[in-house]
Amino acid sequence: MGINILFKGINFQRLMGGLWVTLRLALITIGLSCVFGLLFGMLMLSKRKTATVICRLWLEIVRFMPQLVLLYIVYFGFARLFGWDLDGETSAVIVFTFWGTAEMGDLIRGALTSIPRHQFESAAALGLTKVQIYMHVLIPQALRRLLPQAINLSTRIIKTTALVKMINVTEVLKVGQQIIGQFYRQPDAAFWVYFVIFLLYFLVCWPFSLLAKYLEKRWA
Amino acid sequence: MNDTILHVQDIYKSFDGNGVLRGVSMEIREGEVVVIVGPSGCGKSTLLRCINGLEVIDSGSIYLRDEKISGRTKDLHLVRQKIGMVFQSYDLFPHMKVMDNLLLGPTKALNKSKTEVEKEALEMLERVGLKEKAYALPRTLSGGQKQRVALVRAMLMRPEILLLDEITAALDPEMVSEVLNVVIDLARGGMTMAIVTHEMRFAEAVADRVVFLEDGMIMEEGKPEEFFSAPKTQRAQHFLQSFTYASKRDKKSDKNNFED
Ligand SMILES: Nc1ncnc2c1ncn2[C@@H]1O[C@H](COP(=O)(O)OP(=O)(O)OP(=O)(O)O)[C@@H](O)[C@H]1O
Ligand SMILES: [Mg+2]
Repeated sequence: MGINILFKGINFQRLMGGLWVTLRLALITIGLSCVFGLLFGMLMLSKRKTATVICRLWLEIVRFMPQLVLLYIVYFGFARLFGWDLDGETSAVIVFTFWGTAEMGDLIRGALTSIPRHQFESAAALGLTKVQIYMHVLIPQALRRLLPQAINLSTRIIKTTALVKMINVTEVLKVGQQIIGQFYRQPDAAFWVYFVIFLLYFLVCWPFSLLAKYLEKRWA
Repeated sequence: MNDTILHVQDIYKSFDGNGVLRGVSMEIREGEVVVIVGPSGCGKSTLLRCINGLEVIDSGSIYLRDEKISGRTKDLHLVRQKIGMVFQSYDLFPHMKVMDNLLLGPTKALNKSKTEVEKEALEMLERVGLKEKAYALPRTLSGGQKQRVALVRAMLMRPEILLLDEITAALDPEMVSEVLNVVIDLARGGMTMAIVTHEMRFAEAVADRVVFLEDGMIMEEGKPEEFFSAPKTQRAQHFLQSFTYASKRDKKSDKNNFED
């Protein structure tokens, strides 16, 4: 059986190592996107016209530009242009955070604006302080709306990290291809390796998707 | 003895240059129920919102007992703790159970103990016929039930005065009386209230005094039996006429049965 090749030597360990690279990249990106996304979302809501225009433009760019093109621009383009010696993983974090910040920011903006104004007013009328109003009334409601969407965005980020193999980061897909190369004489090697990678992605993303669905239902 | 709870002194408020309140003065004494009526857009909501600081007045002053409450910004929440307000829209916090809606103000703003307030809350819910809904989510309640909960939530803060802004305007007709009966109950219990309403029969039943507002000014005020049967100003007569026609028209579907 072809699947045995995965358990030859340290192949399975290597694959898990690749998966860890994928996840580490995704986790760093998601974390940074949340932090910067909060700023981005608040900027989008600010009364300064220039800030909102820049944010809108930024959001449009990341939406119509394929992530791969952005990766190439940063990894190959910036290196030549500015003489920066960025390794693949750093470039990937920059590009994915650039993208994730805008998407997360837009979700945060949506969540904040979804709360009707009289929610603030009726909390204020109870005599709560501003901090208490945000803590007990506004943020919990915004989070309920945001969390399922943010989780879905996170799974998209995890999936998209597969692209970094194109800029020489040895993540799970790249490791898989190396293993297939080792067993080039075995015709079903490719199938089994990719099948296992498929399973790995599924096992990582599926719980997130279930959680998002559960939260969506619970807080509907 | 001075038993004035609220004293509004010559207040002005405009939005984008439009004078919405133009020199409004009024006093509300302890235990008094003042009903504010007037045509749409005359400034009734704005008046109530100015009283609890949701709008900032341009000039004039507002006193709660002897304390000046207008022109404050820093400790506005302390003022609002003493002024209850219920709005037209169902304004319960949708992510909290009824009980948590009720507990929020007393426990967070007043630092009262949860068990103490919860006991009180259950008693008040029982009085308005909603004890079995204590741990339900707001979205499972009807509009009338939500407004009763909103009234209880405001009352649990033990405010000096309660401001009600058309609390039945968004309700289906058959739910209006269940809410207004709670208000009548509160009035009997001696609660000081300023009530904005378009329900004239209710106004007549609950008011100690009626204030007629038009174009941001108080045109007339008086006892309900006088105001409703023999209004002094022509404008008030016109205003009331539009209601008698309206109420004649929907007499058939009138299910609002106040206790008196
Ligand atoms: N925040 C605001 N910005 C601008 N204009 C406002 C604002 N709030 C109220 N107004 C205007 O002030 C006027 C009085 O409004 P207000 O809501 O006090 O009237 P009202 O007597 O409560 O009317 P209704 O019976 O329809 O509730 C209206 O012309 C309204 O358009
Ligand atoms: Mg109004």
